[in-house]
Amino acid sequence: MTPSTTSMPLAKALGAGLRAAMAADDHVVLIGEDIGKLGGVFRVTEGLQAEFGDRRVIDSPLAESGLVGTAIGLAMAGFRTVVEIQFDGFVFPAFDQITSQLAKITNRHEGALQMPIVIRIPYGGHIGAIEHHQESPEAYFAHTPGLRVVSPSTPNDAYWMIQDAIASPDPVIFFEPKAKYWMKGEVDTSERALALHASRVVRRGTDVTLVGHGAMVTSLLQAAALAESEGTSCEVIDVRSLSPIDYGPILDSVRRTGRMVYAQEAPGNVSVGSEVAATVMERAFFALESPVIRVSGFDVPFPPAKLEGVYLPDVDRILEAVDRALAY
Amino acid sequence: MTPPDESALVRVLASDGTFAPTPEAERYLPIIDALTDAELETFYRDMVVVRAFDQQATNLQRQGQLALWPPSLGQEAAQVGSVRAARAQDHFFPSYREHVVAMTRGVDPIDIIRVMRGLTHGGWDPTDPRNGNVHIYTLVLGSQTLHATGFGMGLVLDGRCGTGDPERDEAVIVYYGDGASSQGDVHEAMVFAGTYRTPQVFFLQNNQWAISVPVATQSRGPLHARAAGYGMPSTLVDGNDVLASYAVTKLAFDEARSGSGPQAIEATTYRLGAHTTSDDPTKYRTSDEEQSWVARDPIARMRAFLEGRGASASFFAEVDAVAQATADDVRVRTNELGGLDVSSMFAHVYSDDHPLLQEQERWLAEYEATLEGGAA
Repeated sequence: MTPSTTSMPLAKALGAGLRAAMAADDHVVLIGEDIGKLGGVFRVTEGLQAEFGDRRVIDSPLAESGLVGTAIGLAMAGFRTVVEIQFDGFVFPAFDQITSQLAKITNRHEGALQMPIVIRIPYGGHIGAIEHHQESPEAYFAHTPGLRVVSPSTPNDAYWMIQDAIASPDPVIFFEPKAKYWMKGEVDTSERALALHASRVVRRGTDVTLVGHGAMVTSLLQAAALAESEGTSCEVIDVRSLSPIDYGPILDSVRRTGRMVYAQEAPGNVSVGSEVAATVMERAFFALESPVIRVSGFDVPFPPAKLEGVYLPDVDRILEAVDRALAY
Repeated sequence: MTPPDESALVRVLASDGTFAPTPEAERYLPIIDALTDAELETFYRDMVVVRAFDQQATNLQRQGQLALWPPSLGQEAAQVGSVRAARAQDHFFPSYREHVVAMTRGVDPIDIIRVMRGLTHGGWDPTDPRNGNVHIYTLVLGSQTLHATGFGMGLVLDGRCGTGDPERDEAVIVYYGDGASSQGDVHEAMVFAGTYRTPQVFFLQNNQWAISVPVATQSRGPLHARAAGYGMPSTLVDGNDVLASYAVTKLAFDEARSGSGPQAIEATTYRLGAHTTSDDPTKYRTSDEEQSWVARDPIARMRAFLEGRGASASFFAEVDAVAQATADDVRVRTNELGGLDVSSMFAHVYSDDHPLLQEQERWLAEYEATLEGGAA
């Protein structure tokens, strides 16, 4: 451990990244429900209102369309706004402002206006919560031209990616894997390891390429460790950016392994994993030894929490997919 | 139709142009008294010129030159009055029928034409000083009310209002209609505006019809009365009376700029034309109703008022000539508009690089080069 790295949970790393961005630019403001005194329901913004004041860390009325719509107006007035949506399933009241307005405003203005807005969304399951609190709606946004969509899976990525998202002149939908908020990792605050939209090989392997994003990256690494004990070498890639997707490392890997599994919590139909699978098929067809396999949530509404363990892809389902890929 | 809330109505010019202030108009009379002859003539000229443009645009659509046109016919007084009440430093968020607002603030009418011809989604650059701080049209009803409120929040956070210096303080006005008033975004905009005390005027043009749906389907109560629920003062004004519209908006702007928080205005007017050129009003409203509003026409009313004050025939002839020249110029320039470069489709989707788009743009160029006769 070098002096510049600190161990902290992912939520704290996000808070530290927000603090750094706010300190660097006094027109970075945060707005959301309960983000001030309370520090957000996941405490990501804890302490920031005390540090920067209630004009920069703004508790909002309970209205998601209002949050995004006013962030657009703030951007028109020269601010860089970070909006917190409290839970994944609560983003939909803002869907019109995000897809019909935010995503298109720079294009509509032929470049005369930029929309440096970050919409933070805690997403995904594993927390045993009630309806609307465990969803993975990233595909809706990755499908929308004009938006950038990213999801960090480690504290170090969280720290840097939130700052890079705020610095982006384009709107960024920032999906935070809420199951990993409390997961600790080393954060190197002195140097950015990777660009915002780069995918990353997190484990080297030779037999099967495992790809995924968010909380699933942890499961992929666990699956790779188990597979290794059974003699299968898995390469693991964290996509990190869902729009645009950095295909370079994925294609390089598949050209070496010939096999790929994509894991995601979202329903598989018309998902990010579907897009990656199709692209790999188009561009690395002759390298493939087996079909690309998706391991996804089922195409049902996220079930009551007592069934989340069945609904969510886990290590066993990933390994089952690895076995299927190897059977060809 | 909502029963006229006559007791609350601010009006100074009767339908025949006589100066006949309602009781509610009394407090605004000093503002109107302060207007010079030149300003009164400007109001009239603005209305006539934009009506000529609007009719030219309607004709151009009928002749296949435009995809669509949403006429502003009949709503000139509400728009001219409100826009002339602003100061140079104020900001405008229109819906899509505010041709009068846009042109009066300096937007080139050909830029509105380009939107409706299918050449651009925006038309003009709101950050270019020549466009008078007029933001571009928003087609999704009510969405722009939140943008205006957010902009107002920015003015508050940057200390650009409420300093007490009327030369410096800024305000924002947002236009929407009776149909849009039912949208949730308008509610949320008023909630945020009230909470953060934005320097903002909510200007509702109640033109009685949302395409084929009468205002009674939007609300059984007066729309301006909703403002009270947000802790916001509101005023009902005769939107076909340019003087009343001016005075009411001027006071609202002054209050907003000075830090008194958001203000609401409902301007009663009438969409004399179709919703757009794709619409057929004969299917849902009577000719008698339309004629009753023709009798309250904002331009005829102001003309009668000016004639009563002794405006000369040569003034009216000069205005008509300017209007005709504007309309002629728009026709000539519309016919001169070119097409679009294919690559423009990929421009400005993002401000930073996006590899997927770059790849698709490259592919399209190569594909088009393979077509017979080369690129389209």
